[in-house]
Amino acid sequence: MKKEDRLESKNPMEGFLRMDRIPHIWCPGCGIGTVVTSFTEALKKSKLDLDKVAVVSGIGCTGRVAGYVKLDSFHTTHGRAVPFATGLKLANPDLKVVVFSGDGDIFGIGGNHFIHAARRNMDILIICVNNFNYAMTGGQVAATTPMEANASTAPYGNFEFAFSLPYLAEAAGATYVARWTSLHLRRVTKSIQEALAKPGFSLIEVITPCVTLYARRNRLGDGLNLLKYYYDKSVIEHGADTRTLDISYQGKLVVGKFVDKEKPTFLDRMNEHMTKILGDKYVKYGE
Amino acid sequence: MVYFGDVKPIKGKIHIKKDQCKGCAFCVEYCPKDVLEMSEEFNVKGYHPPFVKDEDACLYCQLCETICPEFAIFVTIKEEEEEGEKGESRP
Ligand SMILES: Cc1ncc(C[n+]2csc(CCOP(=O)(O)OP(=O)(O)O)c2C)c(N)n1
Ligand code: SF4
Ligand code: SF4
Ligand code: SF4
Ligand SMILES: [Mg+2]
Repeated sequence: MKKEDRLESKNPMEGFLRMDRIPHIWCPGCGIGTVVTSFTEALKKSKLDLDKVAVVSGIGCTGRVAGYVKLDSFHTTHGRAVPFATGLKLANPDLKVVVFSGDGDIFGIGGNHFIHAARRNMDILIICVNNFNYAMTGGQVAATTPMEANASTAPYGNFEFAFSLPYLAEAAGATYVARWTSLHLRRVTKSIQEALAKPGFSLIEVITPCVTLYARRNRLGDGLNLLKYYYDKSVIEHGADTRTLDISYQGKLVVGKFVDKEKPTFLDRMNEHMTKILGDKYVKYGE
Repeated sequence: MVYFGDVKPIKGKIHIKKDQCKGCAFCVEYCPKDVLEMSEEFNVKGYHPPFVKDEDACLYCQLCETICPEFAIFVTIKEEEEEGEKGESRP
């Protein structure tokens, strides 16, 4: 980094965040803020024109990200970040559209939207903060809560099977899939950078401490304890078979980049197909 | 320490926005050089912010800045004022 890039009087996040809204609402020891920094680092490194980047969130603690980033951003209704992002991308194919939201938002109420956007290979990047519960509403069981973990709607422990997000994403058609914990700062940044540079549907799952609900209900200590715990339990296995990535309560966490493949996007397919059928009468869209 | 040619380690200057801090201690725990320590003082919100214990040890690695969930700490490059003194002590 060059000296002139940094002023002593200016927080380097000022270019990326709406500082008038900081301090944010997240609890002391919550990991979401760290993931936001990893994301802004990736934006810096990828040298994208920030006027061409849009962030879409749904509802939840993580959903607040859209309100804090100094980019064109939209805080949609619960579960609808992915269809909103799809519309944004198709109306303005020049944009890099990033969905930044929680596990409950994207894979619970919004699960069906997720699988269809992946199936179509819609050119959007999903950054999913997985804190294993519906945090904002009080720590209810989510589609990602590991079996045995305690939640406010599972006082005797959760007995449901959980989704494995990378497996679901790959099966549905995603072309880039990675999982990290929020403490893998630079790896999260690198994955986001790679996914931003790659056309197609990408999922980056970031396992992040929820100190107030998940940690407290499960007596796992504070944010620092949880951060360390997740990191210590993680094993990097790039290219691991996504069928093997289930997360058990307090068990090992396989992290890494699992999928990185080439496939035509929704718009590539549309243009290719319509040109084949209509020939010169068809004007390619978004190229 | 022996430096070769003009290669000098970059030194960092740490800036803590005390009133933005929520006292999570992530920066203190993960700083590779133990530059920071939690203080006993309270900020406006009643949290204990960290303080700089040993700035000379700071490597300008920016880990504290990247890990801070509150965007409350950042580092700039420290200008070498005492150039003469340090320069002389080198072989
Ligand atoms: C249609 C609708 N149903 C339910 C809710 C209540 N609600 C708000 S946030 C949320 C869950 C958020 O969980 P997640 O996406 O994991 O975010 P987190 O808070 O964990 O970051 C729910 C159920 C809502 N706002 N709208
Ligand atoms: S409730 Fe959990 S996820 Fe929400 S801000 Fe607090 S620690 Fe973070
Ligand atoms: S820049 Fe690195 S060495 Fe300096 S205080 Fe921050 S974490 Fe410690
Ligand atoms: S990481 Fe940030 S919020 Fe946490 S103690 Fe350090 S300065 Fe404060
Ligand atoms: Mg959640």
